Amino acid sequence: MLPEERKTTHRKEVSTLDHVVIRLAGDSGDGMQLAGLKFTTASVIFGNDISTFPDFPGEIRAPAGTLAGVSGFQIHFSSNIISTPGDELDALVVMNPAALRVNLADLKPNGILIVNQDTFSAKNLKKAGYNQNPLEDDSLRNFRVYPVSITTLNQTAVESEELTFKQINLTKNFFALGLISWLFDRPLTSTVEWIEEKFKHRPTIINANIKTLKAGYNYGETTELFPIQYHVPPAKMDPGLYKYISGNEALSLGLIAAANLAKKEIFYGAYPITPASDLLHELVKHKEFGIRVFQAEDEIAAIGSAIGASFGGLLGVAGTSGPGFSLMTEALGLAVITELPLVVINVQRAGPSTGMPTKPEQGDLLQALFGRNGESPLPVIAPQTPGDCFETAIEAVRIAMKYMTPVVILSDGFVANTIDPWKIPDISQYEQIEVQHPSKEILKGSERFYPYLRNENLVRPWAIPGTEGLEYRTGGLEKEDKTGGVSYDPLNHEKLVKTRAEKIRRITKDIQIQKVEGPKRGDLLVLSWGSTYGAAYTAAENMRKQGFSVSNANLKYLNPFPQNLEEILQSYEKILIPEMNLGQLQFLIQARYSIKTTGLAKVQGRPIQVREIQNKISTILGVE
Amino acid sequence: MKKSEQVLAPKDFATDLDVRWCPGCGDYSILANIKKTLPTLDIPKENIVFISGIGCSSRFPYYMNTYGMNTIHGRAPTFATGLKCSRPDLSVWVITGDGDGLSIGGNHLMHAMRRNVDIKILLFNNQIYGLTKGQYSPTSIFGKRTKSSPTGSLDYAVNPISWALGAEASFIARTVYSYGDHMREVLRRAADHKGTAFIEIYQNCLIFNDGTFKYATDKELRYDNILELKHGEPMVFGRDREKGIFLHGLTPKVIKYKEAGFTEYDLLIHDEYATEPTLAFFLSRMRHPHFPEPVGVFRAIQKETYDGMLEQSMREAIEARTKSFQELLHEGETWTVT
Ligand SMILES: Cc1ncc(C[n+]2csc(CCOP(=O)(O)OP(=O)(O)O)c2C)c(N)n1
Ligand code: SF4
Ligand SMILES: [Mg+2]
Repeated sequence: MLPEERKTTHRKEVSTLDHVVIRLAGDSGDGMQLAGLKFTTASVIFGNDISTFPDFPGEIRAPAGTLAGVSGFQIHFSSNIISTPGDELDALVVMNPAALRVNLADLKPNGILIVNQDTFSAKNLKKAGYNQNPLEDDSLRNFRVYPVSITTLNQTAVESEELTFKQINLTKNFFALGLISWLFDRPLTSTVEWIEEKFKHRPTIINANIKTLKAGYNYGETTELFPIQYHVPPAKMDPGLYKYISGNEALSLGLIAAANLAKKEIFYGAYPITPASDLLHELVKHKEFGIRVFQAEDEIAAIGSAIGASFGGLLGVAGTSGPGFSLMTEALGLAVITELPLVVINVQRAGPSTGMPTKPEQGDLLQALFGRNGESPLPVIAPQTPGDCFETAIEAVRIAMKYMTPVVILSDGFVANTIDPWKIPDISQYEQIEVQHPSKEILKGSERFYPYLRNENLVRPWAIPGTEGLEYRTGGLEKEDKTGGVSYDPLNHEKLVKTRAEKIRRITKDIQIQKVEGPKRGDLLVLSWGSTYGAAYTAAENMRKQGFSVSNANLKYLNPFPQNLEEILQSYEKILIPEMNLGQLQFLIQARYSIKTTGLAKVQGRPIQVREIQNKISTILGVE
Repeated sequence: MKKSEQVLAPKDFATDLDVRWCPGCGDYSILANIKKTLPTLDIPKENIVFISGIGCSSRFPYYMNTYGMNTIHGRAPTFATGLKCSRPDLSVWVITGDGDGLSIGGNHLMHAMRRNVDIKILLFNNQIYGLTKGQYSPTSIFGKRTKSSPTGSLDYAVNPISWALGAEASFIARTVYSYGDHMREVLRRAADHKGTAFIEIYQNCLIFNDGTFKYATDKELRYDNILELKHGEPMVFGRDREKGIFLHGLTPKVIKYKEAGFTEYDLLIHDEYATEPTLAFFLSRMRHPHFPEPVGVFRAIQKETYDGMLEQSMREAIEARTKSFQELLHEGETWTVT
């Protein structure tokens, strides 16, 4: 926090902060997601860097007022570049007792707690499991509590409009939004414009929403309750045109981009599953870019159809989450042995089994690498931020087609749902993806086509049906070298197992070398992968600012590892590996490089927090 | 589909892999008849794809010099669906077995048929698991004694034609491995059909289930045990065409119609094109030894195919496209940072 003088016409004190994390929480029907998004828009237009994370309830229609029905939206806005939605909350807005109960643990000591006190009736308190009213029993003494009669104030604000009781109730999120907009000094313009556009044909709704929004703002300004207003100055963002993007949207757009760059149609096979269904919903909207979407009868059919498409010369992609990924196992092995290009997206969620569908985890790493019968290596890559999902999709498609191999993208429910500002890329700056299908010319006059004759990268030709003279058979049986016929020859089998493995291993020469942030050698390296990046980077950066020798590297390529990884690992005294599982990357690193590491395992269905990594670093370095 | 330039012969479809079925296996004759049929279809060899699951029967694609894929157990319809939906120009054939298609792959078989994907599914039914050496399959008769059911199986058998009807397949037929001409005719009909064609082919597993279809293959027995379906014709069978199928209320009955003083035209008349599958369903329930078993086309109706509709919607969307990919990226709420 950097308090600073500011010219103001306000009569209240203004305190300047460099970053703030707030969460809006209420019943699913309270419109907190929407209020959060509008607050976010105001923040980005104002010039802050932001990162947000929605927290949806586990149940679709939980009874109103219950713990299961609580929905939240977290916003981190800053005058610096940030890379996580934030761990602890500086401010929490709760619309009912259940929201208070679910979210209070994340609020910092002395944090701001705005409570819609109108909802703290005996009945609602009971639904939330409170025996006493927490607003009255002093249990909130460690926080700065601001009880506000949001329901009543909202009713008063909109009473001149002719609204039904239900409609009135639906506007109260805008009162709350107005209030926090004042508190954090956000302009209302973008929200007002949005309301006018959204409800174009319903003037009463426009008036009501705008009235209550402004009433909330004015309430903050005039009431004695709030002595201080907070100001977070704009960040120095990379210049350019921006929009919001969630990880799932970016993955979808990345696939379309890849189709564009490869001048290929994409076939997307999927069966609905949280948190991957949004990929299906998004891609199906883009037929005009050559995206064929097939909602299959199950995940086996999803991947089977995608492999069928690849056999036919399209790029097959199958998207799913943990349980569906398990069902795809056998077919993935077929893609490995037939050597067909394929991209499988696993948006990981907390497991095992059905686990916690709406909660993120990184528990499928070892499964992606090894979860098939026989020796069946394949490339595995993981996006680190929502924007990086776009790049990851393109990279996966490139590798799949260049190396004739299935590629697994390990996203997770955290990066999939995080919404970040994204600098819109210029697609003309991307390299085209070269794809070649052989024609009869490849035979050079001979009669025989060798579908498993390999190029310098050990890659076989992608011959496709419809090509005269190249008719060939493939399948799950071990192939005779070169001809692709069936072979049970012991040495042939060993040779092919090794060749397929070597092909994947060599991809390491064709991927970016591993980047490190911080000193090139030193006391400690934080080695993270996938979506743990944001927290790992921020924690390491905070330690660096305090003068410690802490570096961080985030692995995007989980198989094969980057060429320079071993050298990097040897350049640090200690290595800390934070991950949302019980130590799967740690296991891999230790097995592969015989290097001792320390793990930070968190499996709570929640992302690892900056503070948790920082505390662990402090322990390892022996600082207080 | 473009016309093939040169005339193909059955031998053009042979591969150099040794055929590994047991000598005398019923699969050989099916292979031979398919090889004879393909050159008559006017489809270039390179546009034909055979996709199979796992089983003795599923080795089939390896023996056909077309494009082919021997996939995983039970899932062939999924690969075929993806391929046909991506490449509607291809002629896609699925080869499956009674275990492959009706046990592990029952789900996919059903869904491919109800979607009416334009693929041809040939189910080689030998009422046994051949490749795994002789366990009972979903089509094995109740009480069948096999290696995995030494005291007789407790499973009621599935009726593949009824199954296909339940899944609303648009073309459904049955033939027998030893019926050369009949099989080729049925195959041609299937190839000409637009939509899912499901053909059950009775096949003799010499090693683990020999003689199961003797009633259908034996020249003498066949007269009384098989009813050859012909569209628009009365359902007559028997050495002297003396017997027929007569509908008594809602139950089919076999009658010696001539003896009973009826003519052929008092019998049930076959109608492949009936929109409702009721008649076809009656026929599918007629099983040996209580009834003569119908062979031929049970049902052949027209409805739009999944792949056809998908292709059309793709083309329409692509034609109607007004924006570039870059413009797509710019859609939604954007702001400029300077
Ligand atoms: C996932 C899986 N489970 C089991 C098997 C073993 N298996 C191979 S073929 C087969 C049964 C094949 O029976 P059917 O489809 O009737 O073919 P047939 O050999 O009789 O032609 C089984 C169980 C397998 N290959 N894969
Ligand atoms: S086991 Fe039976 S089905 Fe398999 S090849 Fe031998 S005879 Fe044919
Ligand atoms: Mg069988």
